[in-house]
Parts: sequence; structure tokens; C-alpha cells
Amino acid sequence: MNNSHYILYTLVMAAVTYLIRMLPLVFIRRKIESRFLRSFLYYIPYAVLGAMTFPAIFYSTSGMISAAVGCAVAVILAWFGRGLMTVATSACAAVFIVEAILTLL
Amino acid sequence: MKSKYIKGFRDGIPIGLGYLSVSFAFGITAVSLGVPPLIALMISMTNVTSAGQLAGLTIMTGGGSVAELILSQIIINLRYALMSVSLSQKLSKNVTLADRFAIAFCNTDEVFAVASGQKGEVGRAYMYGLITAPYFGWAAGTLLGSVASGILPASVMSALGIAIYGMFVAIIIPPAKASRTVAIVCITAAALSCAFYYLPVLNRLSSGFAIILCAVAAAVLGAILSPVKEEEEAEHE
Repeated sequence: MNNSHYILYTLVMAAVTYLIRMLPLVFIRRKIESRFLRSFLYYIPYAVLGAMTFPAIFYSTSGMISAAVGCAVAVILAWFGRGLMTVATSACAAVFIVEAILTLL
Repeated sequence: MKSKYIKGFRDGIPIGLGYLSVSFAFGITAVSLGVPPLIALMISMTNVTSAGQLAGLTIMTGGGSVAELILSQIIINLRYALMSVSLSQKLSKNVTLADRFAIAFCNTDEVFAVASGQKGEVGRAYMYGLITAPYFGWAAGTLLGSVASGILPASVMSALGIAIYGMFVAIIIPPAKASRTVAIVCITAAALSCAFYYLPVLNRLSSGFAIILCAVAAAVLGAILSPVKEEEEAEHE
């Protein structure tokens, strides 16, 4: 892939994203009435994040074992209400430790 | 006028700090997929989204088509249209058309949430203050993450690779714990995504389209199972 390919894709992405945000803010001054559409939009972020995280999280490190442990650590800490930073750094630390142990074995 | 800007700026600092770490992870992921640091920075400075950027990154480095890219951005970022509709009614009279064009650029989930939480209408100075720290935090984190990639040892890079997904987990678990439907939506999306990754025939579909299909199916399921009431939407952010 060369840079002009990346730049073209980046600009297309930016234009689409901007239009989505800008058009309603500039032109729509009243509420969306459809309850179904509002509900759909409410659930979309969770659905997108769910689909983007799994199974990608298991391939995000150099091995599936460390990634699975990191994932488990993240889920447990998030379950107990820890913040973004704590969850993410703990998952990273878990991966680091597991991989260090695996190289020793 | 100036004090309103400062109030907005202060309210935006926690968002900016949070973005610093998320975009740091984005920068690392971008470089690991072969994107140069300056392109990663350009993506963050022109898009200002998290999930949308990551999906776009996957498509642009995975040989996806422009049509796929456009569709993915529409689906993943469609929620911003809803937020913009809502924010539109919250802005005071001193917000000009030009201001609306500018504010729209940086209307992220968290900016929207904080603006919505203000009592009464919000003015232009407050909004400009509010988006300052998040915007620059997002850009700076991306640059730092993508540059750090070249310096850090492989073992540390491998560990940092999970960071962005760890954050996604931290975003979805608490609301999934609080709402059964949100939990069902997340699990359905994740299960479908795994099906598209592992099952024969299905795994021929590119990852961008797979995310779109999984997300739409899971969100439609959620909307059918339990349509949201007005109050829930307000709490959501």
C-alpha cells in the first residue's frame, strides 16, 4: 500500500464522517420521531464494539494464550467497574507477564 | 464570553486525557498494520472517531474497496447523526451557521454527553472550549502511539496491542451489566463476528462488511427486544 492510497481512503472516511455529523446539526432542528430508529441508534455503538472486539482481541498480541488471559483480565476488571485506563493497562500488563512466563518455559 | 470558553475547556480536560490513551492505542495499531505515523495522525485529525477509524484502518490496509469504506463509516458513525439532532436543539441562539459547521466536526460521544449534561442551552464559547482538549488529546495520543511503536521492544508492543480492545471491553461491560438487552446486543454482535471469522464461506466476506452486518443485525435485535424510552437515551451518554 502506498501513501496516496492511504490518503485517499482517509479523506473519504473523513468526508463521510463529517457529513453524518454536520448535516443533522445544520439542517435538522426537530426530534427523530421513529422509536424504532432511535432504539436502533441507541444500540449501534454496543453492537459495533462487540463485533470489533471479538474475535479480533485474540489476535491482537503475539500469541492467543496471552491475548486470552489479557481479555479475561479486562472483562473481570470492567465487570467490577474499573475505568478505561485501569482496564486497558492491566490487560497489557497481563499479556506482558504471560508472554514473559511462556518464554521461560 | 472568555470565562465560558474556560469553563468549556475545563470540562473537556478529562475527555482529552481519556482520548490520549485511546488514540495512543490507535496509533500503535495503525503502525502495526503498516500505516506511517503521519498518516495515522492525519486520520485522527480529520476523523475524530474511535470505532470508525479502526474499522476504516482495517479496510484500507486489508485491500477493501472505497464502497465498503463508505458503508462502514455510515453504519458505525450513524449514531452521531442522532447526537447531532439532539445537540442541535441544545445550542443557544448565539451559535451561528459557521459555528455549527465547526462544532459538528468534533461532536464525539463524550463531547455530546458533556454538552447534553449542561443545564439549559449551551453557547458557542462553551462548545469551542469543550472540544479543544479532546481534539488535541486525540491527535497527540495518535502521534505518540505511532512513534512509540518504532522505539519500544517487541514484547512491549505485543502487550500494548491489546490496549484498544481492553478499552472497548471497558466501554461495553458496565452498560451490559446494567441492561440485559445491551448484554444480548453485545453478545450477539460478538458471536456473529466470530461466525464470520471462523466459518467456511462466511469468512470470505471482508472484515469491514462483516462488522457492518453483525452490528446492524444485533442493533435491530435490540431495538425489537426492548425499544428505548426517552429517559434511557438521556442516561446512555
